[in-house]
Amino acid sequence: MKLKTPLDEHTVRGLTAGDQVQLTGTVVTARDAAHKYLIQGGKPPFSLNVIYHSGPIVKGGRVISAGPTTSIREEPYEADIIRDFGVRAVIGKGGMGDRTKAALVEHGCVYLAAVGGAGVLIADKIRKVKAVHMLDELGPTEAFWALEVEDMPLTVAMDAAGNSLYRRVEEASLQRLKALTL
Amino acid sequence: MEGQAEVKTLLELIRSCATDLPKDVEAALHQARDRESGAARKTLSAIIRNSGLARRRSVPICQDTGTPVFYVTCPPTADRKSIREGIVKAVRGATGSVPLRPNAADPLSGANSGDNTGVNTPPIHFKEWGRDCVRYELLLKGGGSENVTRLYTLPDARLSALRDIGGVERCVLDAVHKAQGNGCPPYVIGVGIGGMADSSIALAKRQLLRVIGDVNPDRELRAFERSMLVKINSLGIGPMGLGGKATALAVKAARQHRHPASYFVAVSFGCWAMRRGAIEVEP
Repeated sequence: MKLKTPLDEHTVRGLTAGDQVQLTGTVVTARDAAHKYLIQGGKPPFSLNVIYHSGPIVKGGRVISAGPTTSIREEPYEADIIRDFGVRAVIGKGGMGDRTKAALVEHGCVYLAAVGGAGVLIADKIRKVKAVHMLDELGPTEAFWALEVEDMPLTVAMDAAGNSLYRRVEEASLQRLKALTL
Repeated sequence: MEGQAEVKTLLELIRSCATDLPKDVEAALHQARDRESGAARKTLSAIIRNSGLARRRSVPICQDTGTPVFYVTCPPTADRKSIREGIVKAVRGATGSVPLRPNAADPLSGANSGDNTGVNTPPIHFKEWGRDCVRYELLLKGGGSENVTRLYTLPDARLSALRDIGGVERCVLDAVHKAQGNGCPPYVIGVGIGGMADSSIALAKRQLLRVIGDVNPDRELRAFERSMLVKINSLGIGPMGLGGKATALAVKAARQHRHPASYFVAVSFGCWAMRRGAIEVEP
């Protein structure tokens, strides 16, 4: 399924955990320092319709490696940011917790999984760097990079109806763990 | 390690480590992919394609080029200060040329040094041997896999883990279950048994330098490694934590003596992009 930004509520509520999508449009990187900045009242000069948990390597204005970072570190912030900035999709790896899951349902947002470590494959889907915010203050790893992507391959891993692929795996693996350690 | 030539050799070690996945790791990923189906198979195929592209273009496999951790084995007479200076110089150079992502930030101010060096950074571990040459081993250790490191003290009532190999097993399974997909599985898992709190984690992490197909000379641990791999892969966490058979590519364990009061078990994780390398420099 092909998706184009800006994503609207109707579109994201139509997605189901397990769907494979290709995203075209603008995504904005935000990781630890960027989330803290937003929660403390910072306002980036562009829309956060799609947030990408990533600290890319950018050289000479070109992105050469840009896989996702571990999303769970942003759990303390993400629910509020989804509410305050009208976020419709969060891209990352590893999944997020219950508070974010509830925010996805309440506000109409999805969590999309990118393949962790596949920095070069994903960089190939980035057409250009559109803008950067807080580069001097946060440094290149933590800055907000607005990236234009084309057909970025993603999996809907947590949907706006409260389904989470990670939760299923976690529960099944817990049952298995209990059987192994009886 | 004063000369320009040695710095160049180290720079090449860092570059190949960041861009060229070791052959044994790649072979293990291929085997894992062949056993998977559906989404897990697609994920592993993407991972393998990504590694091939990175090698051909000589660009970093993953944008997190990690913290470079050096393990130096040198003759007792070697000048450690100059070895250290050579490493720091090479890391600074590689940050610009490979490039490596600047990954050294001050914990309080957040200021990034910009060149992957700083207080105790890069970490360098020394040991001696009887040979004349200097051996450099390097791990590029990503933050995601580092963050799921666990340290246990036995006995652990919550895990019903006693002070024996069965107790160690319970710790490892618990650590993998807690890690889920957050450290980029399929993992290489290092286990350190015994020692002190810090040396236990150090021993676990050092196991990540071992080649996937190597044979542990410690017979008891060899059997432990094999049975743990089967059990871990039965948890179903799978590539990137989205379900599947391949949660780990290998388990590598080692033991060291402990204080009678202490029984530490450390579990260290390498992500699928298990970037390591080694070179020997003749005097």
